[in-house]
Amino acid sequence: MKFTLSWLKDYLDTSASLDEIVEALTRVGLEVEGVDDPAKLLAPYMTASVISAEQHPNADRLRVCVVDVGDGKPVQVVCGAPNARAGMKSVFSPPGTYIPGKNITLGVGMIRGVESAGMLCSAFELGLSEDHEGIIDLPADAPVGVAYADYAGLDDPVIDVAITPNRSDALGVYGIARDLAAAGLGTLKSAQVAAVHGQGDCPVRVTLDFAADEHRLAPAFALRLVKNVKNGNSPDWMQRRLKSIGLRPINALVDITNYLTFDRGRPLHVFDAKKVNGDLTVRHAREGEQIVALDGKTYTLDHGMVVIADGHGVESIAGVMGGEQSGCDEHTTDVLIESALWDPLNIAQTGRKLGINTDARYRFERGVDPAFCLPGIELATHWVQQLCGGEASEILLAGQVPHPALQIAFPLDEVERLTGLHCEAETKIAILQSLGFEVTGSAPVVDVVVPTWRPDVEGKADLVEEIVRIIGLDHVAAVPFMREPQVVAKPVLTLIQKRTRLAKRALASRGMVEAVTWSFISHDEAVLFGGGADELALANPIASDLSDMRPSLLPGLVKSAQRNADRGMSDVALFEVGQVFAGEKPEDQSIAASGVRRAQAQPQASGRHWYVPTRSVNLFDAKADAYAVLEALGVPTGGLQLVAGGPSWFHPGRSATLQFGPKLVVGAFGELHPRALEALDAKGPLVGFEINLDRLPPIKAKPTKMKAKLVLSDFQPVLRDFAFVVPLSVAAADVIKAAQTAERTLINDVTLFDVYTGQGIAEGHKSLAITVSLQPQDRTLTDADLESISDKIITEVAKKTGAVLRA
Amino acid sequence: MSDFATLEHDLTASIAAAGDEAALEALRIAALGKAGSISGLLKTLGGMSPDERKEQGPLINGLRDRVTAALAARRTALRDAALDARLEAERSDVTLPLPDSLAARGRIHPISQVIDELTTIFADMGFAVAEGPDIETDFYNFTALNFPLGHPAREMHDTFFFKPDANGERKVLRTHTSPVQIRTMMSQKPPIRVIIPGRTYRCDSDQTHTPMFHQVEGLVIDKGSHMGHLKWILAEFCKAFFEVDDVKMRFRPSFFPFTEPSMEVDIQCTRKGGEIRFGEGDDWLEILGCGMVHRNVITNCGLDPDEYQGFAWGMGIDRIAMLKYGMPDLRPFFEADVRWLGHYGFRPLDLPTLAGGLSV
Repeated sequence: MKFTLSWLKDYLDTSASLDEIVEALTRVGLEVEGVDDPAKLLAPYMTASVISAEQHPNADRLRVCVVDVGDGKPVQVVCGAPNARAGMKSVFSPPGTYIPGKNITLGVGMIRGVESAGMLCSAFELGLSEDHEGIIDLPADAPVGVAYADYAGLDDPVIDVAITPNRSDALGVYGIARDLAAAGLGTLKSAQVAAVHGQGDCPVRVTLDFAADEHRLAPAFALRLVKNVKNGNSPDWMQRRLKSIGLRPINALVDITNYLTFDRGRPLHVFDAKKVNGDLTVRHAREGEQIVALDGKTYTLDHGMVVIADGHGVESIAGVMGGEQSGCDEHTTDVLIESALWDPLNIAQTGRKLGINTDARYRFERGVDPAFCLPGIELATHWVQQLCGGEASEILLAGQVPHPALQIAFPLDEVERLTGLHCEAETKIAILQSLGFEVTGSAPVVDVVVPTWRPDVEGKADLVEEIVRIIGLDHVAAVPFMREPQVVAKPVLTLIQKRTRLAKRALASRGMVEAVTWSFISHDEAVLFGGGADELALANPIASDLSDMRPSLLPGLVKSAQRNADRGMSDVALFEVGQVFAGEKPEDQSIAASGVRRAQAQPQASGRHWYVPTRSVNLFDAKADAYAVLEALGVPTGGLQLVAGGPSWFHPGRSATLQFGPKLVVGAFGELHPRALEALDAKGPLVGFEINLDRLPPIKAKPTKMKAKLVLSDFQPVLRDFAFVVPLSVAAADVIKAAQTAERTLINDVTLFDVYTGQGIAEGHKSLAITVSLQPQDRTLTDADLESISDKIITEVAKKTGAVLRA
Repeated sequence: MSDFATLEHDLTASIAAAGDEAALEALRIAALGKAGSISGLLKTLGGMSPDERKEQGPLINGLRDRVTAALAARRTALRDAALDARLEAERSDVTLPLPDSLAARGRIHPISQVIDELTTIFADMGFAVAEGPDIETDFYNFTALNFPLGHPAREMHDTFFFKPDANGERKVLRTHTSPVQIRTMMSQKPPIRVIIPGRTYRCDSDQTHTPMFHQVEGLVIDKGSHMGHLKWILAEFCKAFFEVDDVKMRFRPSFFPFTEPSMEVDIQCTRKGGEIRFGEGDDWLEILGCGMVHRNVITNCGLDPDEYQGFAWGMGIDRIAMLKYGMPDLRPFFEADVRWLGHYGFRPLDLPTLAGGLSV
C-alpha cells in the first residue's frame, strides 16, 4: 500500500516529520518497506533561465549557453539539446550533481575546447520520464533559482507500507491516518461524507439472483446514474498522486474509482450507462461464459464466480475487474457508479482461479468496511460532479448493508495477563476509543463494540494487541524466564534424538560428508527402493522427479554422489540421517541413517595414495560404516543377525541384511545392484548401507550407572593358529562360531586373519586362518591341555562346517 | 716394568684396538676365560703364603677389575658406534604426505550443526525437543491452528497435498512446524516448554525459496508466561546463538492466524561487503515471527484459554544458519555438493556446548 505524505495530511493534522511518521508506522504494525523521497534526489536541480544560446565554435550540434541560476552569477554551459534557445526556462544542475538518468556525477569539463560548468537537463536525465528529446522546457512564468522539485510538485514523499492480511482497514489512507492519530502523531481530521441529493430513480434496475442461502455472495449492491457528465483528464493533483503510487491515470471517471480505492479503501466500479443493455443482474457466472475484461484479456468463467450481467451478457467480474465493453472513456456522457459488498472468500477464489490481481480484489478479499458502502457511492458521486459535472439520480440499493456490531466483554487486566505491560485503565480505554471502538461500562470489565471496519477483531486478545501496539511493543519489558532456578539443567533429548545426533557425528568421524537431500524423489525411484505407494504420492509435486515421499535415503545419496562425480569429484563418501516414509500415518515415518561410498572413497584414504594400497570401495567398507553406527550408538549387538543377501536394490551376492530376528530387520549394506544404479543414472563402484534408527532396540535401563565388576586373570593368554580348508560356500562366520563354541570357558576370542584361495588349495575351496585366544583363569595350561583343546577345536569345526585342517 | 704391568699394558692396548664385539670376546676369553692369562694369575693365589697373598692378591684382583672395566667400556663404545652407523643408514623422507585424516574429511551439514546449537541453548533454558510427522492432516496443519477456510495457505498453489483418501480427506506436507505445537499440547500437560526443529515444505522454488526447508518453533504454555518473558527468551537466544554480548531487537506488531497478539522481530546489524554483523550498526534484519498463542488454538487443544496461556515463535533454520555463517544462497543447502559441504560444513567433533562455546 503506497501513499504520499501530502495525501496522508489530508486526514492527519500533524507537525511530525517524515522520519517520525515512518518510525511510528512501523511501530504500530504498518511496516514501512520503503520511502521514496524524490525531493532528496532532485535537491540540487534548480530552475534557471537561458540568457543566451550561441553556436559552439567547434561543433555543429552544440550550443554554448549562458544560464541565469538566480544568484546573479550567470554560468556557461555547453548544451547539445536541439531545443536549447535564448529566453527559455529550464532546469539546471551544477557540477557535483548526481544524474540519475545517466548514473554519473557531473563535473566541470571542457567540451570541444569550451568550458562547461553544469548542465541543462532533460526529464530523462532526472529519471522522471523516458523523454530525452530535449531539455525541460518550463513555462515562461516559471520562477528562476528555486528547487525544481518544489516547483514541479515533486516534493511529496511516497511511503510504501506492508499491510498484514488482517488489517484491511489500513488499505486506505484514511485508515492509516486513524492509526497514526491514535499513536499520538497528530489529530485525525473529520472525513464526513455529505450525501448528494439525487433527482429521480436510478433507471437501471438491479436483481440479486441468488438462492436464499447465498446472500453472502452479494449482500448489498448500490447503483447510481450520473447523466451528462464530461469525461476528460482528471486534475493534475489527482494524476500526480495516482502516478506517485504507481497507477496510470486514464480518465476522470476511472481515476475517481482508483483514487477512492486508495483514499478510503473503497473499491468502486463505473459503467458507461449507454453501453449497458437493459437492467443489471448480479448472479453466478454460467459455466464457460466469457468476458473481455478491462485489461483487454478474455477470461472464461465458471459457476463459482459472481458476475454483473446485462442484456449483452457479463459486463463485470464482481469485485475483481470490470469489462471492456461497458468501460468508461472520453466519450462517456452517462455513468453508472457501483458500490457493492462481496463475499471475501468468493472474491479470493475467483481472483486466484482467473489469475487477476487488482486493487479491488485485494481489498474485497480482505474485507471492506460494509458501513462505507453507501458513503462510498456518495463520495464518488461528489467527485464525479466536481470533476465532470452531470446530474445524479437517487441511489438504488439492492440487498441490505449489514451492520456488524460485535460486542466484547473486555477485562482490562487482560493486557497485563498477556503482555506483562502495566498501564492505566483510562489509557487502555482512550486507545480503543481513538481507534473507533466504543467502550462502555467501567473497570475491571468493560464492554467494547468493534467498529465495522475491523472484521479482524474477534476477542479479548485482539483488543490487547490494539492497546499494546499503540502504546508500543518497546514498552513491554523483558522479564527473565529461566528454567527451574538453582538447578543444573536436566537432559531433554529422547533416545531417538540422541541416536540421530550421535549417528551423524559417528559417520562424519569416518570421513563421510553429511548431505541433506529432498524428502521426495521420483515415483520410479520410490518404486525401485521399495516405496511408491499411492498414499505417499503428492497430488501437486513441484517437479516430476520430486513426486513421492522417499522410502529410503539411498536413492538421494546415490544421485548426489553421481552429481559430484559428474563435476569431477569421483571419490565421494556421503551420508544422511533423516526421515523415511513407509506410509502416510505418523507411525510410518522413521529416522534412517544411510551412507554411500563411490569409486575409491575408502575410509583410509580417498582416491589414490602412496600410503594406502589403491582399491575401489567394496561391500566391506559399507559394512564397516553400518557397524560403526551401531557401535557408536551403543546398541546391544548380541542378538544382531547378519543374513546374506540384502533387499532388491543391492547386489544379491554382495549384500546382507541386518536383523534382530526375522521380524525386526534394522538395515542392510552392500554393493548397489547394477540395475538400480542404471535406473538412477549412476555409475559404480558404489556401496552403501542404511540402518533404521527407530527400529534399533533400546538400551535397558538400570537402577544405577555402575558397570559390571572387571575381573582380570593373573595368567597370560595363549594364542593358537589354525588353518581350515572349506568349500567356498561355507561362511567364515560359521567357522569362527564353531571354533568359539568348542571350549566355552577358555576361548575368549577368535580372529580370522587370512582368507586364501589358489595354489595349494583345491578348486572350489578356500583356506581360512584363525587365531584362537585361550585365557586360563586359575592355572597355567600344560602342553597336554593345549593339545586337547586344539583337538576339540579341529573336531568341532570339522563337524559343523566340514572343514579340514590345512596340511 | 713388572710382568703384571706388561700384561696389563698389552691387554689394554688389544682391547682398545678390538674392531668388533667378536674380537673383544676373544680378548675376554684370553684374559678372563678358564684358561685366560688373568685367570691363570688368580689361580696362583691359592698356592701362595698368606704374606705373599696379601701382597699379590690386590695386585692381581686390581688387574682383573681394570681389564673387566676396559672390556665393558670398549663394548659400549663399539655398540654405540654400531648403532650410530645403523641409524645413519636408516633414513626416511618424512615429508611424504599422509592422506587427510578422517576428521579433516568428514563434515556435519550446517543444518545439523545449527539444530545442535539451538538444542544446546534452549536445553539450558529448560526446553525439550518435540517432533512430529512431516505428513500432516488438515486439522493439525491448519484447522487447529486457526487458519480459516479459504486461507491461501490451504490452496494447492502454496501447499503440497497428497491424493484424497477413501473419505475424500487430503493429507498435506506440513507447511510449518506449528502442527507439532498442537500435538504437544494435546499429548502433554502444561507447563510445556519445547522447541520444535524440523523439515517443512511449500510449493515454492526460486532463487531464495526451496520446496523443502527447515524451521524451528518454540512453544511455552503455562499459567503465567507473557510477552515480557517471550522478549527475554528471544533476546537471550539471539545473544547466545550469534555469540555476541548484546543484540538490539525491534518488535513490530504483525499477524499470524495462530497467535494474538502477533509480532515480527528484527535484529540490529550492519552489512559491509556481504558480511553481516549483529549487535552493531543501524540496519534491521527480520529474523522471526512470534506471539501469544491464540485463544482458539488453546481451546482447540482442549485447554481453557482463560486458565492457560503462553507464547510461540518460529524462524527458519536455514536462514539463521545463513545469517550466522554467511552462506549467500539457500539452494546449495540441498545439493550435496562436497565442495560446498567441505567449505560450509563442520568438523565431526565441532560439538556445540555451553561450556566450550557453540562454535570454534
